[in-house]
Amino acid sequence: MSTAAPAEVQAAAEDQNSLGAILRARWEAFKSGDVGSVPVIVGIIVITIFFTSRSSIFFSAVNFQNLIGQMAGVTVIAIGVVFVLLIGEIDLSIGFVSGVSGVVLAEMQMPGSGHQFPGLIAIAFAILTGATIGLAQGSIIAFIGVPSFVVTLAGLLVCQGVILQLLGTQGVIGIQDKQINDVSNYVLTPTTGWVMAIIFAFGLAAASFGAYFSRRRAHLPTGNIILTAVRVLFYGGLAFAAVAVCNRAQPRPGVPLVGLIIVFLVVLGAYIAGRTTFGRHVYAVGGNAEAARRSGINVKLIRILVFMISGAMAAMGGVILASRLNSIDLTAGGSTLLLDSISAAVIGGVSLFGGRGRVIGALFGGLIIGMIGNGLDLLGYTDAVKYITTGAILLAAVTLDTVARRRQAATGR
Amino acid sequence: MNTTPTPTLELLGVSKSFGSVQALNGVDFEVRDGEVMALVGDNGAGKSTLIKCVAGINSIDSGEVLFDGKPVKITGPKDAAKLGIEVVYQDLALCDNLDVVQNMFLGRETHDPLFRLREAPMERRTAETLKSLSVTTIRSVRQPVATLSGGQRQSVAVARAVLWNNRVVFLDEPTAALGVAQTRQVLDLVRRLAEQGLAVVLVSHNLVDVFEVADRITVLRLGRSVAVYEKDKTNQQELVEAITFGAPAPDETGAAA
Repeated sequence: MSTAAPAEVQAAAEDQNSLGAILRARWEAFKSGDVGSVPVIVGIIVITIFFTSRSSIFFSAVNFQNLIGQMAGVTVIAIGVVFVLLIGEIDLSIGFVSGVSGVVLAEMQMPGSGHQFPGLIAIAFAILTGATIGLAQGSIIAFIGVPSFVVTLAGLLVCQGVILQLLGTQGVIGIQDKQINDVSNYVLTPTTGWVMAIIFAFGLAAASFGAYFSRRRAHLPTGNIILTAVRVLFYGGLAFAAVAVCNRAQPRPGVPLVGLIIVFLVVLGAYIAGRTTFGRHVYAVGGNAEAARRSGINVKLIRILVFMISGAMAAMGGVILASRLNSIDLTAGGSTLLLDSISAAVIGGVSLFGGRGRVIGALFGGLIIGMIGNGLDLLGYTDAVKYITTGAILLAAVTLDTVARRRQAATGR
Repeated sequence: MNTTPTPTLELLGVSKSFGSVQALNGVDFEVRDGEVMALVGDNGAGKSTLIKCVAGINSIDSGEVLFDGKPVKITGPKDAAKLGIEVVYQDLALCDNLDVVQNMFLGRETHDPLFRLREAPMERRTAETLKSLSVTTIRSVRQPVATLSGGQRQSVAVARAVLWNNRVVFLDEPTAALGVAQTRQVLDLVRRLAEQGLAVVLVSHNLVDVFEVADRITVLRLGRSVAVYEKDKTNQQELVEAITFGAPAPDETGAAA
């Protein structure tokens, strides 16, 4: 029942808001293929248990701190990938776009080069570079209609060539700028960490309960207040737990700054995708581009903006990775960075077919990829084992997505 | 029925060609407030082209379009929307991954200065609009359209046209893929649109449906408008003949019936 007269609505709403009704509805959705975050959370728990049982270091404070640094680059790039996958496209250039942006970053801060800028300005230049590459690729895709697979494959090659060209003679540029190196290496003081956790928990509570009460005022189905509270307590608790663990890490206790950057970008991305007009249009283009066009949405503009987001996020990831190494070299943006980033988004539940998935998936997927790499390193396995494991998990995630899609198609109509 | 003196939307001698193909050749067409005008014709008769011209997807080569008796130019979908002309397309034009509210407001979301969506008012108006059209089978306006039946989806697409206070609604084969009960549901909805005072154009191959809900019937054949019939003064056989062979002038038809 979704009738309009306030009294009726309220009666219906009361009914819909009971704990039992919500759990039943959720279970129905689960059975019809909308599995949400369940598989990825189960995966995180299983991986944690596995590595903890094999290695005494895995579940330690200092390794958690380490893990945040290791997963940061891939996770941030994966946020951009989520947007691209949501409109049903693909961006293969992100790896080397992050590399090119790293080179720009290093060039801009190079002492004695005649164009030595302060770290933050160099970072801004790097991100602008990524966004501009995204603008170029997105324009070709949107206006000319060349498939994104091919455009970004060409972009991948071009960017790799540009890196080789720029670094060709010296092969490596060291980064001495403190602001840049702080991105991946600065650790917040324990007190700042606690303050950040408090701000996060309060912000989350305000957003969740604010939504609850404004819907209630409008006499709309609100969801269950207890479930809302449980969710706020869960995620708020996670934030405090993470700070508590990081503050116990030796020799440098505290939350890595890059962890804060990840959370900020994930929240920002989730807000844009889930709460704004632009985000709604992104989902619409991924669901049915023709319908979106007929509804008056500027599909070309959305496509271009999404590729700019992807480029900018790749650049931010490049900054994080360069900062971590305090340098940029010929291997920047190569190796498995591209595939890890796309895998992170897909493992996080973002559909390759467009229109389904959430930005938080980038965080979950980045965490899983980071944990596997970290754990297998600790156990002394080679890259061979790492690749095989990551590949198997990616295959499982895509299979799950395909099966879920089929089930949804079967239960619909 | 034809109480308004001027047609809401009127086409006079509209032509449109694609290269050497003359899709529309001097077509006359009109629809008035509160009536259901059926538009019938064989494949290639020009029905889809006519819709696209009115919706602003194709531009017309020559001829005149009058809205409330005043000449207008429709050069893009925005112009059509501004006049209050809405087209509900055959392939539905809904996003499966979005829910009912999201689809109803797609492209016209209300948001605050920070581009943050105002969900509550949108949800309320969706519920109210569906209720005003007596669409009662949709359990929750927050369920994805993918989980709806064909008839429900069509109802959402039609309700969308009503939500925006449109004056003229074109329905392109609204019952083409539906079962018996769902066809019933959609035809009732079509009648209700007209009762709410809208000018409704029903494009259909199905003459049974046409006779059930239409007030008048325009026949197109090979890009020309052949005749306009009052539903009560014609029959299926006459229509079929007009569709396949063309027909005598409309006033003669009226006399014959």
